[in-house]
Order: sequence, then C-alpha cells, then structure tokens
Amino acid sequence: MLEIRNLHATVAGKDILKGLDLTVRAGEVHAIMGPNGSGKSTLAHVLAGREGYAVTQGTVRFEGKNLLELPPEARACEGLFLGFQYPVEIPGVSNLTLLKAALNAQRKHRGAPEIDATDFLVWVRECARVMGIDPKMLSRGVNEGFSGGEKKRNEILQMLVLQPRLAILDETDSGLDIDALKVVAEGINRLRAPQRAFVLVTHYQRLLDYVQPDFVHVLAGGRIVKSGGPELARELEEKGYGWLEAA
Amino acid sequence: MATQPEDLRELMRRREYRAGFVTAIESETVPPGLSEDVIRLISANKREPQWLLDFRLKAYRRWLTMEEPKWAHVHYPPIDFQAISYFSRPKSLAQRPKSLDEVDPKLLETYQKLGIPLKEQEMLAGVASPVAVDVVFDSVSVATTFKQKLAEAGVIFCPISEAVQEYPELVKKYLGSVVPFGDNFYAALNSAVFTDGSFVYVPKGVRCPMELSTYFRINERNTGQFERTLIIAEDGAYVSYLEGCTAPQRDENQLHAAVVELVALDDAQIKYSTVQNWYPGDEQGRGGIYNFVTKRGDCRGKRSRISWTQVETGSAITWKYPSCILRGDDSVGEFYSVAVTNNRQQADTGTKMIHVGKNTRSTIVSKGISAGYGQQSYRGLVRVLETAENARNHTRCDSLLIGDRCGAHTFPYTEVRNPTARLEHEATTSKIAEDQLYYCRARGISEEEAVSMIVNGFCKEVFKELPMEFAVEAGKLLAVSLEGAVG
Ligand SMILES: Nc1ncnc2c1ncn2[C@@H]1O[C@H](COP(=O)(O)OP(=O)(O)O)[C@@H](O)[C@H]1O
Ligand SMILES: [Mg+2]
Repeated sequence: MLEIRNLHATVAGKDILKGLDLTVRAGEVHAIMGPNGSGKSTLAHVLAGREGYAVTQGTVRFEGKNLLELPPEARACEGLFLGFQYPVEIPGVSNLTLLKAALNAQRKHRGAPEIDATDFLVWVRECARVMGIDPKMLSRGVNEGFSGGEKKRNEILQMLVLQPRLAILDETDSGLDIDALKVVAEGINRLRAPQRAFVLVTHYQRLLDYVQPDFVHVLAGGRIVKSGGPELARELEEKGYGWLEAA
Repeated sequence: MATQPEDLRELMRRREYRAGFVTAIESETVPPGLSEDVIRLISANKREPQWLLDFRLKAYRRWLTMEEPKWAHVHYPPIDFQAISYFSRPKSLAQRPKSLDEVDPKLLETYQKLGIPLKEQEMLAGVASPVAVDVVFDSVSVATTFKQKLAEAGVIFCPISEAVQEYPELVKKYLGSVVPFGDNFYAALNSAVFTDGSFVYVPKGVRCPMELSTYFRINERNTGQFERTLIIAEDGAYVSYLEGCTAPQRDENQLHAAVVELVALDDAQIKYSTVQNWYPGDEQGRGGIYNFVTKRGDCRGKRSRISWTQVETGSAITWKYPSCILRGDDSVGEFYSVAVTNNRQQADTGTKMIHVGKNTRSTIVSKGISAGYGQQSYRGLVRVLETAENARNHTRCDSLLIGDRCGAHTFPYTEVRNPTARLEHEATTSKIAEDQLYYCRARGISEEEAVSMIVNGFCKEVFKELPMEFAVEAGKLLAVSLEGAVG
C-alpha cells in the first residue's frame, strides 16, 4: 500500500529525513516511535504533502501511484488521512461544514454523487457517538475552543467519517487521560480491516496496549534505526532510546 | 462549499469578472460636461415639473461651492467632472416601453446574461417565489415587472422618473427629506443630475407581497450613473428591497454616485439589501467604478425599523455609509455589511446611527475581507442625542486578512450626550492562516474551496440577513471575487 524508499527531506533548509525506508501493506498496523525532534511529524507532513517540506531524494508510492507528485487534497482523496499532532482551529466553519465538504470532495474524486443531507447527518452522529462527542459540538467551529483531548478525539471522528485507506496518526494519544485514550483506541480498532492500514506515531506503550501493532519502528536521526514486533515497544518503554543511538 | 455548482469552480479558475461585457446598442448620450444647460436638458428630456428643475438647480449651485471630501482612507487621482457624460439612454428607450414585449431584445439579452431573465420572471409568477424587478440601464429604467400584482396590493413600484409624473405629490413630499440636496458633495451632485432609479410606496398596513429589486447596469463609456431611490413605508407597512449592480470591464474609471432615501413611519419596517458587484478594476488597479454613495434611512415613526444589509464585492473605490436616523421612540436601526477588497480595490465603508428618540436601539455588524493589495476601512459613527433616553448600540467589527500585503483599518466614532446610553463595541482582526488551508486540503478540500468555506463562515451572520436566494448568490460572488487571493 505504502512504499517509502530512501526518503530524504529538508524543512527550512535543514535536513530532517536522511534515507528513510518503510513498507506498509494493507491490513497492517505500524507504530513509529522515537525521540523528540527525530523527524516523525516531518515524515507525516511529507506524506500528506505540506508545503515547505521538500523531498530531495527518494520515492514514495501509495497504492502504486507516485504520491509525491500529488497535491495534498488529491492525496486525501486517494485515501490518505493524517491525524494532526496539533489540530488546527478554524473559527466560523462548523465541524459539520468541514466534514461535509471533505466527504463530498472525496466522493466527487471517486465519481460518486454528493451525499444526501440526511444520510450525512445520521452517519456523522453515529461516528460522534462512538467517539463520545456531544452532537452539539458538531455545530461548533472546527476545533474552536476545544480542549487538547477534544481536538484529538475530533481527529479520530474525522477519520471515522472519511474512512481512509491509510491513516497516519501523529501522537493522537498524547495528552489524553486513560478514558479518552480508550475511546481513541476504540475508534481506531473499529476501522481496522484487511483493506486498511495504520501508521501510529507515538511515544507511549499505553496506546499499543489497546491497539496491537504488527510492527514497531524506531525513528532516530531521520532514519528507521530499528524495527521489530510489539515486544520492541515494551523494550523501548523500559530502556528508552539511548541504547539504540549508542548502538 | 461542497454544494458549489461546477460552473462556479470553472469561473473561479478563469478568474474573470463575469458581468464585464458591453452591450452593442445605439445610445443617445449627452456630450461630456456639466452646466445649468445640461441639467435643464436632462429635466426637459424627462418632462419634469418646474419644482424638480428648481431642486436640481439649487443642488447644482450648492455643489459648485463644495469641495470633494478628502477624509476617507482612499486614494485616487482627481476626478474631472467635465469629462463625464451625465445622461445616456438606449435609443430604443426614448419612448418608455409599455410592456416587456416592446423592450429591445438586446437589452433583455443583457439582463439574461447577467442572470436576470426579465421575461421568465414574469412567466414564472406563482411558481417560484416571485421577485418584482426594476432594471436601470445607464440613465433610464428599462422595465418593471409584476406592476399589476403590486398595484392590487396598493404598492407602487416604478422608476422614479415615472413617479414624478404619476405621483408628484408623494415625490415632492419625500424627495430630499432624508438626504437634503446639499448634504454632501456627491449627494449634491446626484440631486443636480440624477437620471433614474426606483420609487417604492407601501401604503398603511400593507405587507408588500413580494421582494422588490432593482438591477443597475452601467454600459456606456465615460458615463456616470446617478440614480436616486426613494422608498416610503407608511404606518405598519413592510417591504424588503434588494439592489444589484454591474458594469462592463473598462480601462478607465467610471463614477457612480447614488442617493437612496428611506422613510419608515409608525410601526413600519424596511429591509434594504445590496449586492454590489460593480467592475472592480483589473489586478493592476486599472479601471473600475468609483462608488460614492449616500444612503440614509429615516425611522420617522414610533417603533419603526430599518435594516441595511450590504455585500460589497465590486468597485475600484467604495465610499459608502448607509445610515439610520432613529427619530421615532422605540425605533430600531440595523447595519449588516460584508465588504471585500482584493487586488487594488479600496473601500471606506461603515454606517451612522443617530439616536434621537427614546429607547432607540441599533446594531452594527461589519465584516471586512481584504486580500491582495486591498485596503479597507470601517468608519462608523454612533451618536446619541440628549433626547435619546435609554439608547442602545451594539457594534461588532471583524476583519479578515488574506495574505500580508492588504490592510484593514477601523475608525469607530461615538458621541454620547445622554448618560443613560449603553454602547458596546467589539472588534477582531484575523487572518486565513496557511495551516488552516493545509488542514482543509489534508481532508481532501481544494484550496479555493477552503478559502470560500472560511470566508463564508466569517460572513454567516450577515448572509443570514439577506433574502434566501440572494444569500446563496452572495456566497458565490464572494468566492469569485477572492479568486487568486491565495497561493
Ligand atoms: N517548520 C519548521 N521549521 C524549522 N524546523 C523545523 C520545522 N518543522 C520541524 N522542524 C525541525 O525538524 C526536526 C524534526 O521535527 P519533527 O518532525 O516535528 O520531530 P518529531 O515529530 O519527531 O518530534 C526538529 O529539529 C524540528 O525543530
Ligand atoms: Mg511530532
């Protein structure tokens, strides 16, 4: 589904990714861990197509397509979803408006007609219920005045509504209390399916207790320095990252 | 938004002013220049009574002694008032057509292209919610629809030149009673040379059975448009009126100096909406309409109410302050505005709320959007006189900036001479941030659509004041006006 080869990227003239390789197949859940500043969010933004994140070398293929030549909106329409580490506030635009515009843009891309207004509301309310989001919040501005935890839950809500093929969730678990974490994990597990894949960027074993990863990778110094199974995450939790960098 | 029709997207891509065409039609245009003779000619041409000619000449003589106002935050080279032609009309309209069948097909086609199919308007009566339309082409009114139906309700809706002939006592009583002939430089000029415009009279206790609207169109080169609109709502009457404006794309600037007077008597309500889309000039600021307008409503009666709602997307320069004089006790004045300045457009707009009567209330909601090199100022005055016991005003003034070369300025003035007054003022300035657009795009929404969504969200409060079908129009117009503003 996703094939990253020898990816080099710079941000503001600084080399951040330095030869990163990663392969994600349909149905898999990958966890990416690593020290602060190692380039995890940079990787996420490069994949989503943020301006200013320049790829200097390497290739990224998504479902056989050259991902790097697509603008961000086309990547989303192809089924790529980024759950932001820092979700953005858009005052004046309601969550419903954003979701409807996004859903219809993606449907249009697939050649599907616009969703019926009632079907849309029923669908979004159902997703909101799963995420424990009060339907009233749907009419409020996007992330406007939301607490940190509410913003993160809102990201997962958007994911549930849009049903992407590949979801990259950047530290969606940070700053959540245990109940919110369980809700977020429930949202992710609900979407797990043989045709879907996840890349979870996280610092903590906690999330992985609820969402079993198939692979765990350590990103350090702009590269994947170690890969393993779920046991690697527990090892990291115990020993930290120091032993890897030393190695 | 997701519901945007395909043709809008296409329009946005092509980045053009869609009303910018010229109608090839033979016109009679008075040679450029202004003098008492020109005024006498206009007046004679319209077979006006002596009192109206006197009104014009008085205004002209006053205008000669006045100076062009310089206090607005706008910049433009001096206007040569002798280079403007003050009267132009399609030849075919020398005799006013009696019905639409007599109107030159080329003119009907013009309005069709602008999305105002006059013929269909009449035929669709009773199907969709009907809107009665008066259309003014250069200096004269082309046609007014639904006259019969309105007459049955006792409502008069006709070109003001026709009202002068048919209802002289009404025109004489109210013309200049809200905006005196010497009120300001442009109002004086308008009073001297106004050519046409709409007249509305709603009698006592009548709720006007449909929306009324006027479309103003400037076609001829070097021609100014000086229309005059007068709306009177008698005791307990209600009327909702909308004006729309367009002009061809031309390299030189054209002057539009209108005067609108509203009179609301006891318990009457007037809703006046504007969707202004005069040609704004090109990206370098060449051409475009100078829109210097005086609009004022007089809440003359007790418990009367006047609301101004404006969506200003066009014009090279806008200078406009729709105002309310809250004379009657318990009267209410409202001003809801969205103004867009893109490329080199400049706007200095706002309102005046003059509280005279007791328990008078006013609301001001101003939403300014600047993009490109656009410069925009909100200028608002709230004046509370000694007599205005318990006056209330709430002002909200928000600016949205797109890019970092544009500007927004706020000039709120208050004069309070009664200690029981309560005034509140809120103001915000925000920017469409790169990360907001990226966030939307990461969800599959294109940049244009994201801008349009954010801008529409910003303007929601004002759009909901517009008649339904125009709220949708206004949203689209905004999107087109802001094409190319980002990226
Ligand atoms: N917009 C930016 N401008 C300059 N430096 C940046 C920018 N974004 C990220 N960086 C730098 O890139 C490095 C990697 O950051 P990031 O990808 O956010 O790390 P992580 O998500 O792993 O904590 C850091 O050194 C950070 O300071
Ligand atoms: Mg990060």
